[in-house]
Amino acid sequence: MSSSDGSIERRLRALVGPDGQMTTDDDGTPNVAPSTATGCALVLRTASAEGWRVRIVGNGSWIPPDAPAELTLSSRGLGQVEDVHAADLVATVQSGVDQHALREALADRGTWWPVDAPGDRRSVGSLVATATAGPLRSGFGNIRDHLLGLTIVTADGHILNYGGRVAKNVAGFDLTKLATGSFGAFGFISSVHLRLRPIPRADATLTTNDRRDALLGQGQAILDAGITPSALELLSPVAGSTDDWTLGVRLIGSDATVEAERAAVAAACTARWTSLSSRNAADFWRDVQQRATQHATTIRVGCVITGLRQAINLVLHHLDDATITASIGAGVVRWSGSASAARLQLLRRTAAQVEMPVTIERAPWPLRNELGHFGLCREGVNRLMGSLRHTFDPQSTLTVALAGRQ
Amino acid sequence: MTLPKQVLQALAGIVGSQSIRVSRTALETYASDGLPTHHRRPGAVVLPDGRDQVVRIVEVLAHHGVPFVARGAGTGLSGGALAGPDAVVIVLTRLNRIIAIDPSNRHATVEPGVVNVHLSEAAAPHGLHYAPDPSSQTVCTIGGNVAENAGGPHCLKYGVTSNHILELEVVLPNGEVATLGSRGGEPWGPDLVGLFVGSEGMFGIATRITVRLTPIPRQIQTLLADFSSVRAAGEAVSSIIASGLLPSALEMLDRACVAAVEASIYAAGYPTDAEAVLLVDVDGRDAGAVQAEAHDVETILREHGARTVRMATEESQRARLWQGRKKAFGALGRISPDLIVQDAVVPRSALPDVLERIADIAATYRVKVSNVFHAGDGNLHPNINFDRRNRDEFRRVEAASAAIMSACIDAGGSITGEHGVGIDKLRYMPLMFDGDTLAAMRATRRAFDPEELSNPGKVVPVHACREWSAARSLRRAEVVA
Ligand SMILES: Cc1cc2nc3c(=O)[nH]c(=O)nc-3n(C[C@H](O)[C@H](O)[C@H](O)COP(=O)(O)OP(=O)(O)OC[C@H]3O[C@@H](n4cnc5c(N)ncnc54)[C@H](O)[C@@H]3O)c2cc1C
Repeated sequence: MSSSDGSIERRLRALVGPDGQMTTDDDGTPNVAPSTATGCALVLRTASAEGWRVRIVGNGSWIPPDAPAELTLSSRGLGQVEDVHAADLVATVQSGVDQHALREALADRGTWWPVDAPGDRRSVGSLVATATAGPLRSGFGNIRDHLLGLTIVTADGHILNYGGRVAKNVAGFDLTKLATGSFGAFGFISSVHLRLRPIPRADATLTTNDRRDALLGQGQAILDAGITPSALELLSPVAGSTDDWTLGVRLIGSDATVEAERAAVAAACTARWTSLSSRNAADFWRDVQQRATQHATTIRVGCVITGLRQAINLVLHHLDDATITASIGAGVVRWSGSASAARLQLLRRTAAQVEMPVTIERAPWPLRNELGHFGLCREGVNRLMGSLRHTFDPQSTLTVALAGRQ
Repeated sequence: MTLPKQVLQALAGIVGSQSIRVSRTALETYASDGLPTHHRRPGAVVLPDGRDQVVRIVEVLAHHGVPFVARGAGTGLSGGALAGPDAVVIVLTRLNRIIAIDPSNRHATVEPGVVNVHLSEAAAPHGLHYAPDPSSQTVCTIGGNVAENAGGPHCLKYGVTSNHILELEVVLPNGEVATLGSRGGEPWGPDLVGLFVGSEGMFGIATRITVRLTPIPRQIQTLLADFSSVRAAGEAVSSIIASGLLPSALEMLDRACVAAVEASIYAAGYPTDAEAVLLVDVDGRDAGAVQAEAHDVETILREHGARTVRMATEESQRARLWQGRKKAFGALGRISPDLIVQDAVVPRSALPDVLERIADIAATYRVKVSNVFHAGDGNLHPNINFDRRNRDEFRRVEAASAAIMSACIDAGGSITGEHGVGIDKLRYMPLMFDGDTLAAMRATRRAFDPEELSNPGKVVPVHACREWSAARSLRRAEVVA
């Protein structure tokens, strides 16, 4: 995997110059972290010309740097929050900035990015490349909904600038959407333009515990009453560290809106709610984020809202009851645990029959390689995915398992 | 007419001779869209009645290498639905069934020819609506909205079309049918729904669309504020956005536009002596909460010098205030033979400066510009009234449009926020994107449509694209082979 004679390291050192950061991964692969998009382009252009395979990593806290490659290209050197424009609610940040640093930089300017993705200290590039949204997805949408544009370096070293820095923009095709959630298969994301929100004036969390189906019923009742909570998250006993299942409701907005929604939630269903203090609420949601990474593998299953029960049953049947969370308003079930490729594949096949896509969000390389992040795509989509990959990475420089071997 | 006879015969065999148009007069109907400055007569027009006919039509055209252009209601404002004599227009207005409304899952599945507002009307009994509300919503189609990624006044809070499309069945340019996305919204693979939305008919034809439905707000308060300067109104907009309040709509009309509205049958009672008026909607579930937010908005408006702030909660009062805004283009259209509705976006904090710059440009080129636009998004619509028969005026109008686009780009903005590039804005694309990025766009399109048959010649100015490396590597591979 690594270059035995060290010649790749020497070439890379020459490319990144004295300021470029270079380390070696645990498996001996040289890891290069340029501090500019141009530096990344230089590395990728050389790699594609030389036929070196490249794996892309962020902080390595979500997907480990374990894909076979001659070199690792890291966003570690791209750690600048370049610009926060509070009046326009736009920020431009480099892809190596980690979640916490971003949150702080934005809060200093009275702004907020409504993304609470699972994992800890994840880089912005990783959030965007993997499109892993968290509970706030129920109310605010997916990662794609909070991006205005990005800069990407293609496998052969072209720097492309998609989208822009304005709230609305339909100039040209929306390649930002293609890059978001495609696991880096269409290039290395070097910086992103974020759509921000002002820091919410009020933020309340309510929780209740009960049997799973009772809570799913409560969730549906809340939605049927025309309420769209910012988060409406169901947690398995393991995920919530409780004996029973937990339903967490997060309400965000002005003081008056949040109070009105709190009353509306109470009126819409029969549950007895516990209102968490802001410190407990912060701990509650942080735990939800962090528990996902206690296991090696995380998957998400997409479904319609009324299909959640079936989706969870499928997961329980084929896998286990490790850590399960479900964003009720968004129709997404997330499972974290350990499972063999065979079991995951069985789940994926069964789920496909009932129109539920299963995405491998993170897993060790052998599993990713076997199953692919997306694996079984629909007919037509497979062909499109293949030709888009060829378009953006004709030499197969980037080791990303989109489709898998099965 | 340059289309081969056997193609026309094959098409007539699919749709029936009643549903194909080839005469010059019939084709003239399809020679323009909502933008009066472009005119192209297609070789033929077909009106299929369902997905299967669309597939068969596309197969025939692909087989003969004949380009085609999908068309909805033809209200587009960038010449996107226009086709030349070598191409066939496929009109989708007969694919107009609302296939299903699923209130528990908050989504609906429709054919592309469904008119935007009809979907909201059908969902209303369930307490739901389709949120994107272009001002043309009483006529434009969901298929056209998908292709253009249409916006509307209430997209400020609820998001534009792309935030509301879950699944798409598309007929690819080779006749193959693919389903992108899923009804729950999770993609199967990369986000091809996101990529397709806004692709202006160049990636294929959407034949079935599953959209997200949104609860109808129970309480809405409309505020009308008038200002003695455009700058003050612009600054009020920036302040509202930066304050953390999120009105559902925040629209601006300038003096010239107010005058046109008030002189028309759509008169809404806007003060004609104001330099600018702002129309703001605040909505939610709870009357008290909405009132409190409206009060906060009112305070900001007054701090920025609003002369008066009127509040309307009664549906009839609100409808009247909104009628003026929604029909503003119609009102402007009455005051001269031709009207260009321009579309550009600037950062919201740049609005006051850019509006002044636009006024300067209007003076320099001696053209009549009025503004009515989605201020909360920074999405400008400078409208230019003119008479196309006056060649000199038309030239000045074109020059002023280009100067306005440059001013918006200089301010860090975009050449279009919702109307698309089509043919009208092809020339401005290199001002926003470099040759590599344009080449990537073209290469992406070719992944869907290698022969470039679907709506050719739009969006990406081919001459400005750098050579795409995958194309190079393909050619190398061919040479080696
Ligand atoms: C008075 C007026 C007000 C307007 N206000 C707004 C506004 O507020 N916001 C806004 O965004 N726009 C607005 N528009 C512009 C226009 O209404 C929108 O762009 C609308 O989405 C076009 O829909 P259509 O059905 O008329 O599409 P058409 O004009 O027929 O077609 C537009 C494009 O879509 C493609 N297309 C159509 N159907 C399909 C399909 N099924 N599959 C693939 N491609 C397809 C066509 O090829 C073409 O490129 C306005 C227009 C007018 C005239």
